[in-house]
Amino acid sequence: MAKLNADYARAIDDDRLEAWPGFFSEPCLYTITSADNHRRGMPAGLMYADSRGMLQDRVAALREANIYERQSYRHLVGLPAILGEAGAGVKTETPFLVVRIMRDGQMDLFATGRYLDVLVEEGGELRFRERIVVCDSSRIDTLLAIPL
Amino acid sequence: MSGADARTWPDATLTRVPYWVYQDEANYRAELRRIFEGPTWSFVCLEADLPQAGDFRTTFVGEMPVIVVRAEDGRICAFENRCAHRGALISLDDQGSAKHFQCVYHAWTYDLEGTLTGIAFEKGSNGRGGMPPGFSKTAHSPRKLRTATLHGLVFASLCRDAPSIEAYLGEEILGRVARVLHKPIRVLGRFVQALPNNWKLYVENVKDTYHASLLHAFFGTFRITRLTQGGGVLVSPDGGHHASYTIDRADDRVNTAYREQGIRSERQNYRLADARLLESVNEFGDDIRLQILTVFPGFVLQQIQNCLAVRQVLPKGPDSMELHWTYFGFADDTPEMHARRLRQLNLVGPAGYVSMEDGCVGGFVRRGAAAAEDEVSVVNMGGDTTESMDTRATEASVRGFWKAYRRYMGQ
Repeated sequence: MAKLNADYARAIDDDRLEAWPGFFSEPCLYTITSADNHRRGMPAGLMYADSRGMLQDRVAALREANIYERQSYRHLVGLPAILGEAGAGVKTETPFLVVRIMRDGQMDLFATGRYLDVLVEEGGELRFRERIVVCDSSRIDTLLAIPL
Repeated sequence: MSGADARTWPDATLTRVPYWVYQDEANYRAELRRIFEGPTWSFVCLEADLPQAGDFRTTFVGEMPVIVVRAEDGRICAFENRCAHRGALISLDDQGSAKHFQCVYHAWTYDLEGTLTGIAFEKGSNGRGGMPPGFSKTAHSPRKLRTATLHGLVFASLCRDAPSIEAYLGEEILGRVARVLHKPIRVLGRFVQALPNNWKLYVENVKDTYHASLLHAFFGTFRITRLTQGGGVLVSPDGGHHASYTIDRADDRVNTAYREQGIRSERQNYRLADARLLESVNEFGDDIRLQILTVFPGFVLQQIQNCLAVRQVLPKGPDSMELHWTYFGFADDTPEMHARRLRQLNLVGPAGYVSMEDGCVGGFVRRGAAAAEDEVSVVNMGGDTTESMDTRATEASVRGFWKAYRRYMGQ
């Protein structure tokens, strides 16, 4: 579980986004929301993918289509709390903190929150059946390009 | 003469906009008074946010904090979120339900219409102190705003002289609002996007039909909107409001207009791994794929395929603003339509495939024009008028914004 979280964060922070969909099972659910929306049962996400293909499309759009200033993240991921079983998977909650580093060197605390995950085993490896990214704040600075 | 009035525009044309208009502090303060607190209407919330008497939301008109609340008799009231006593915020919540409002500082109490009804220790304590006899509570209430509802949208105005919301918008724009908001909605989520630029740069961007398929490569590549498709832009007679639209999907795979101009947004080989993102339904029955509508000064109603949202533009000083997004569907959406909307919401918002760039481009203008307060930008596409056009290769609606702006500002 710790390895999955560590590999996931390294793939994003090292700009190996093409590896990112591989951390998910097929089908899967990846969405980024806020604590406020989550508490109120509001389903909309800033990003929303219910297939690995949609995750691949997100990466392709970032590489091929979308315009944003060069930037990178540094994830600090906390210890997963095991919340119980969910079908064939395990429910966990993991806190995170993401610093965004812009091309001019500006560093900001960009997002904090928790990953609400359902983990399943596929071919001897743990994968995310669900990763709901619940940001503590509903306020996003400028834009959210790279996934959290 | 105030600082705002000392600034000059190059000449009478609407095709040149000086950069000081985005930078000048005195001009910004004048905008808050003359535009946001002037004879205009600002979107404040959705009727769906206030289903029951006592339900309220807090928001802003310009920089003025306001409480919008459904009163006992069902009317929607709005008043300044400022205690009449010492000026503290009356409500500290984004939303909720209340029987009355009480300021935390000295417990002055207001009814749901914003009228001061109670003063703690009004008669003093043990016969000493208290308010002077004859102090009129009703004469000391926070400023009350007029409200108007329109197809589920709630607007507020601080100005007694503002025309009715219907007269303010005009028939054409009203029709375009009614087209989208034709039945009860369901809110799907809210997000706030903090933008590092003057509020007008974002409003211009929304009105700018010319940029959409050029800046947003995603749009062009997937043929969601291209300037070679059918569509156009409606500009209200006063210039302030607009609706741009795209009709159906042009079968322009053989059209080489973009390729010939060497435009970045033309990428022929880009295909989605999961094409469900763009599977859309002609839910309004009129083949309009995309409609972006603005109400002066800072409201946007958006239909991009089946992705629906309202956006509220809130100024936060000359160099920053907030964009408040509310995503919605309809109360009677089928599970399939609900899922479709959730997928298509990837197109918009701070992480939107087609709106991500709008979050940063205003900052690019702010930084690019940092030393150019006396220089001007060029707004000449489609000529120099503000008339509606059946093409989107025009900046008519941007010129319309400046026409309305200069009238309200007396510039």
